[in-house]
Amino acid sequence: MPDLAVDFAGIRSPNPFWLASAPPTNSGDQVMRAFDAGWGGAVWKTLGNPIVNVSSRLASVDYGTWRMMGLNNIELITDRPLADNLREIAAVKRRHPSHALVVSLMFETRQEWRDIIRRVEDTGADGLELNFGCPHGMCERGMGSAVGQEPAVLEELVRWVMEVASVPVIAKLTPNVTDVRDPARAAVRGGIDALSLINTVQSVIGVDLDRMVPLPSVGDASSHGGYCGPAVKPIALRMVADLARDGAVPVPISGIGGIATWRDAAEFLALGAHTVQVCTAVMHHGFRIVVDLIDGLDRYLCDKGLHSVEQLVGAAVPAYRDWGELDLNFHTVAAIDSARCIGCNLCHVACHDGAHQCIHLPSEPQGAVRVPYVDEPECVGCNLCALVCPVEGCITMVERRRGAARESWNDRVAAGRDRVPGGLGEL
Amino acid sequence: MSRYPVPQDRSEAAFAERYPLLSSAEARAEAARCLYCFDAPCVQRCPTEIDIPSFIRSIGTDNLRGAARTILDANLLGDSCARVCPVEVLCQSTCVYVHQGRPAIPIGRLQRYAMAHGMAPDMLQPASPSGRSVGLVGAGPASLACAGALALRGHAPVIYERDTWPGGLNATGIAPYKFQITDNLREVAFIESLGVEIRTGVEIGGDLGPDRLLAQHDALFLGIGLGPDRRLGVPGEDRPQVVGATHWIRRLKTDPGFRVDGVRRAVVVGGGNTAVDTARELLVLGVPSVQLVYRRGRPDMSGYDHELGPALADHRLQLIEHVNVVEVLDARRGVEVLLGDHSGTLASVPADLVVVAIGQARLDRWARAFPGVTCDDRGRIEVDPHTMATGNPRVFAGGDAVNGGKEVVHAVRDGQRAARAIDALLQEVAGA
Repeated sequence: MPDLAVDFAGIRSPNPFWLASAPPTNSGDQVMRAFDAGWGGAVWKTLGNPIVNVSSRLASVDYGTWRMMGLNNIELITDRPLADNLREIAAVKRRHPSHALVVSLMFETRQEWRDIIRRVEDTGADGLELNFGCPHGMCERGMGSAVGQEPAVLEELVRWVMEVASVPVIAKLTPNVTDVRDPARAAVRGGIDALSLINTVQSVIGVDLDRMVPLPSVGDASSHGGYCGPAVKPIALRMVADLARDGAVPVPISGIGGIATWRDAAEFLALGAHTVQVCTAVMHHGFRIVVDLIDGLDRYLCDKGLHSVEQLVGAAVPAYRDWGELDLNFHTVAAIDSARCIGCNLCHVACHDGAHQCIHLPSEPQGAVRVPYVDEPECVGCNLCALVCPVEGCITMVERRRGAARESWNDRVAAGRDRVPGGLGEL
Repeated sequence: MSRYPVPQDRSEAAFAERYPLLSSAEARAEAARCLYCFDAPCVQRCPTEIDIPSFIRSIGTDNLRGAARTILDANLLGDSCARVCPVEVLCQSTCVYVHQGRPAIPIGRLQRYAMAHGMAPDMLQPASPSGRSVGLVGAGPASLACAGALALRGHAPVIYERDTWPGGLNATGIAPYKFQITDNLREVAFIESLGVEIRTGVEIGGDLGPDRLLAQHDALFLGIGLGPDRRLGVPGEDRPQVVGATHWIRRLKTDPGFRVDGVRRAVVVGGGNTAVDTARELLVLGVPSVQLVYRRGRPDMSGYDHELGPALADHRLQLIEHVNVVEVLDARRGVEVLLGDHSGTLASVPADLVVVAIGQARLDRWARAFPGVTCDDRGRIEVDPHTMATGNPRVFAGGDAVNGGKEVVHAVRDGQRAARAIDALLQEVAGA
């Protein structure tokens, strides 16, 4: 049996699956039920000075029959009194001493940070997460992503916290920046113990076309929100990987963004996350999804002969490269399995209108269906046909190397062979 | 309220729909499942070549008017076709999912959904009036489709119908669990709204004979369908318990006096779709025992297996193969139907009702009254399959009178083909 337990910057957790700071971690009752269901850790809904929320806070993107592919929210931090939160945090920690309980914080002044950290540490919480990511509402008041977008300010706040904190501290980063390495490196300079990302992406989810009000409409108006859910996973994976391979960011990462399945989680771990945090999938289906998250990851590690989560962490990072390092002699062509083809011709129309015009339709069917065929010399191996094909295993990309040796664009530049014909000079 | 009143207490009104209108959730889910195939096989299998993937995509985007418009552009009788087409052997049989062992997209039901929610009165705009008129004989699907298409091209079509209700078999012949006469009259009203005039209760002949029609109109379309039910030609078939199938179905659909209360044992004779429909209708009406008698074997039946198979799951229905009706004898209660083969009489089946569904007579003699119109040796009007023109260049024909009895969708295709050719003819004449 693989060992799913993790030690994240000194925070111990029975498994790498944590609840992200969000509505599912708003109360002691919820977090206790989550731990009972199997979650390894939870980041408590952000504590701060009291706020008020609007009604009508969420809106979603549906795709086909799949509801909530992307979720947008304009909810702020906790709207419950600090005293209630702190009392419940202490109660959870007493009932679940071996689970990871991290408390998310968002304050303004140095003194407020000092005061809240002392109070939170008194509860027995295992760590702190600094909310430098919230991209709506709070940022208008100079907090959340307003901090995460200003590396110098972020570094200063991290210093204030690290001066007083005795438990591990995580900085949660916003993706609403040009290069996420800038705030990450600033946090590291400030002495941070770990990073978590991504917080939500600034978004307008849609418009009520009858009332001409964006969504979610708060009466006669709306505001931009934070976008999350399966739709943002690719953005999050890229940012996690960028930090995982950055030598200037030598701290563990908690990956967040659209994780709904064990496979999503394994991908984050492979690209350098040490734990993962989940929110939207739980808001959609409840705490119970953790059973399959744990079971699926456990079986995957077993199948791959891995004995711990740690062995998976970062396993794909060495293969995450700059474009200039990719092998130009690697080449594939599409191969269509006529025995599996059902004759939808989607590969044909996609290739003809959206790619390189190399998949053609025969005039007559072969057997029951008309199977498109590939003009191999014209195929650039873009994968589009395989992506649109609705039949598993029908279109495969077959390797046809252009040369035995590996040669990247950077290699060509280094060798002075980087001139490509057909440029301006030939006009 | 339709211009053509129908009795409220028709027996067919009590029939439940076999495939009720989909809910919006069901329709959207099925639309999302459609792969939106390119050059889709379902389109190729539709006699009217409705752009099925496109209208289904429009359902998925909640553009129901666009979906209905896509259907109507190819088939003006998109509503009745959605409900009476044997999609199991047409469009849906070629759905690519079938090759994957997965359920086909329910194209017929999605089409009905689009028509039910997407139709709007002003959806299709007729061209400006050409001043040309076309006479159409018979108000069945072929003529309705032809007339609608002609009206959209600016011509003035006039349909002459002998019956009380327009619609032909769409009015009086479709199984009530698929399509009722009131549904048909809604569709007729849509065709009329395009600028089609329908005169019901009009017999062709006498003062209004072929010559007069040819004089009054620039072109004619014969959508005359088929004649009365064929008879068995055996002794005893004049007994009141023996009826023709289309006559019997017509009464079921339109006659408030229609009853089957006393029928405990029914015999249906025939192997086509009318025979199968009749058997199914008798079962729905609660008849305790129905015998379907066919002269050959089940594989030879032209009635669809997807209709017969489920009906045979009802233990009240029995199929008796490889026998003919030899004679119908009087009995103390009802009649005795003697069944036999070439070797002689084999069995006697008691019955309170015998429905004869062995086809309909041809109206070839009637058709030949139009100068230049010819018929083949099976009584079908001979036409050019591309233009539907008969031997008379001003007379066109389509539907059952030409194909001997096929689906509504084939009649619609014929009518629309003829409309294109008639339009070309009228423009040619106008240009000359």
